[in-house]
Amino acid sequence: MLIAIFSLTVLGGSLGLFLGYAARRLEVEGNPLVEEIQAILPGSQCGQCGFPGCAGAAQALANGVAPVTLCPPGGREVVALLAAKLGMEVNLAEIKNAVPQIAEVQDELCIGCTKCYKVCPTDAIMGAAKQIHAVFREACTACGKCVEVCPTEATRLISVPVTLQSWYWTKPVMPGAAA
Amino acid sequence: MNPLSSLFSSFRSRGGVHPDGRKQLSTEPPIRLLPLPPLLFVPLQQHVGAAARVSVLVGDRVLKGQLIGASGGNISAPVHASTSGRVVAIGDFPSPHPSGLPSATITIEPDGAERWIETRVPDDPFSLSPEEIATRVGAAGIVGLGGATFPSAVKLNLSRKSGIATLIVNGGECEPYLTCDDRLMRERADGIVEGIRLIAYAAGAREILVGIEDNKPEAIAAMRRAAASSEVQIKVVPAMYPMGWDKRMIQVLTGKEVPAEGRSAEIGVLVHNVATAWAVREAIRSGRPLVSRVVTVSGAAVAAPGNLEVPIGALAADLIKACRGLTSDPARLVLGGPMMGTQLPHLKVPMVKGSSGLLALTSKEIGLLTPAPCIRCSSCVRACPAGLLPLEMAAHIRAADLASAVGLGLKDCIGCGSCSYVCPAHIPLVHYFNYAKGELGALEKAKLRTDATRKLADMRNERMQRIAREREEAARQRAARKAEADAAKKAAATAAIEKELA
Repeated sequence: MLIAIFSLTVLGGSLGLFLGYAARRLEVEGNPLVEEIQAILPGSQCGQCGFPGCAGAAQALANGVAPVTLCPPGGREVVALLAAKLGMEVNLAEIKNAVPQIAEVQDELCIGCTKCYKVCPTDAIMGAAKQIHAVFREACTACGKCVEVCPTEATRLISVPVTLQSWYWTKPVMPGAAA
Repeated sequence: MNPLSSLFSSFRSRGGVHPDGRKQLSTEPPIRLLPLPPLLFVPLQQHVGAAARVSVLVGDRVLKGQLIGASGGNISAPVHASTSGRVVAIGDFPSPHPSGLPSATITIEPDGAERWIETRVPDDPFSLSPEEIATRVGAAGIVGLGGATFPSAVKLNLSRKSGIATLIVNGGECEPYLTCDDRLMRERADGIVEGIRLIAYAAGAREILVGIEDNKPEAIAAMRRAAASSEVQIKVVPAMYPMGWDKRMIQVLTGKEVPAEGRSAEIGVLVHNVATAWAVREAIRSGRPLVSRVVTVSGAAVAAPGNLEVPIGALAADLIKACRGLTSDPARLVLGGPMMGTQLPHLKVPMVKGSSGLLALTSKEIGLLTPAPCIRCSSCVRACPAGLLPLEMAAHIRAADLASAVGLGLKDCIGCGSCSYVCPAHIPLVHYFNYAKGELGALEKAKLRTDATRKLADMRNERMQRIAREREEAARQRAARKAEADAAKKAAATAAIEKELA
């Protein structure tokens, strides 16, 4: 009787200690995939995907509850990278419908309230109190935060104009093929 | 070259096609001067690299050859007034591009006097240093006139620095219809040879080879006569498309092959076009910047095809008018040659430095045929001068698998159109490749942009955290100071009370 109690206690105790040590030693800090996905996302924390910031979106993508097409400012490039990372097949040609956009401040409506440039996640708006604000096209991700806060509806999203530098040939359409 | 290596060289020079030249349409009449059009539209971007910056104002009087747009960066070229007159507008104007999108353009109203700027040129151009010649070539706005429009001065300076041995002057003109280089060589051979010697001097080249296709016997004879007493060697090369591709010309003339994704300078060769040599001669000998070029106007829809010396900025419609108009409604307007040229949306676009030809083609000439499925005959593989597999690349691109197309060598495709030309199923192969290259470029740009905006977002987050931290710190310090002050006040009050009590 005593021997049985003793041996089982020793066995249980030592296994418990071993498992406790193993748990400490082999601990995984979060899901590494989440961090890798977060590195792909634009990081502007705009919240357009419906998740709390890019970290939340990365978590949802890693758990498989969000589609790779969730990020509007990221565009097709981010979709392609996410699909490659998660091993998914995506037809990039279908995503083209989302025309790249950009924020614009309409001079005649801007009252220089400074609200938009305070919320811009990429510092893409320049301005000062009672001065007309302007958008740096290169830095804007079209997240739309400035549009939400503008009291006079002076900011809006417009399609990025096609220039000689950005124009290129469209994909040929084969007759009879379901393009 | 020993017999054995020459045996192999014929194997190495792979691919190519033999399209019907149709050069006889425009090759006989001598180069004519285009009558001065009522308005000239000079775009600021006529070259590879940064656009030129406007240096005149609306209303300014300008002389022929006066600088109107300064060079916009290290890789850029200035633009000059193509005639004397008045600047009447600066703004957007349709560009000679398949999209017809506008680009910044300076409009000049000619005064008809054609008054040149005053320039000083040395009697002996070879008394100038090579650096000085390159500088003058750059200031004259000279770019590669074969169609690539890369600023020539940049090429000269790079060549001198990297030490090139051979200068190859490209008189191939392998594109069907085009005869502008042919006519130029026939009529201005002496000037071209002088330009070639100036380029060789500025680039530090020891060997000078001029490659001319064997379908231009008059040009070969004229160039041989002009080059007789100089170190310039005229070489006859077989007529085939794309002989004018610089890497092919180098291979045929020197036996050396430029590595994939490499540049000719890597094997010690510099390539310039014959028209560029003429422009260099004009700039150094006469002090005249590049303000005009010879353009072939041809095609079955043109009443009197020929070659015109055209001021930069003349409209395509002006050229057609000077060739007695159109005989029928053209099915397609092309700028450049029919193989690699670009389709024009209409005739109200200006001629630029890179415009070698203006073609008005009838539907019979372009032969619009409906594409059919690929039968895997591999005609395109035999035709590809770059040694690629056009049918496989197109199939991958069609299935939206651009990465595989790149793996098959899409980036080595020069878009020469040989594959589309030979395809019995009329598949628009080169269209697929142009689309894929554009798509890849756009994705690349988007990636750079995402990286840049992520950096901006990170910097902003960091700044916001720092500000919050500093605010907290300040609040804590304020609280500490207040507590101290309160304590001091309290102590003082207590002391006062104690004093009173005492």
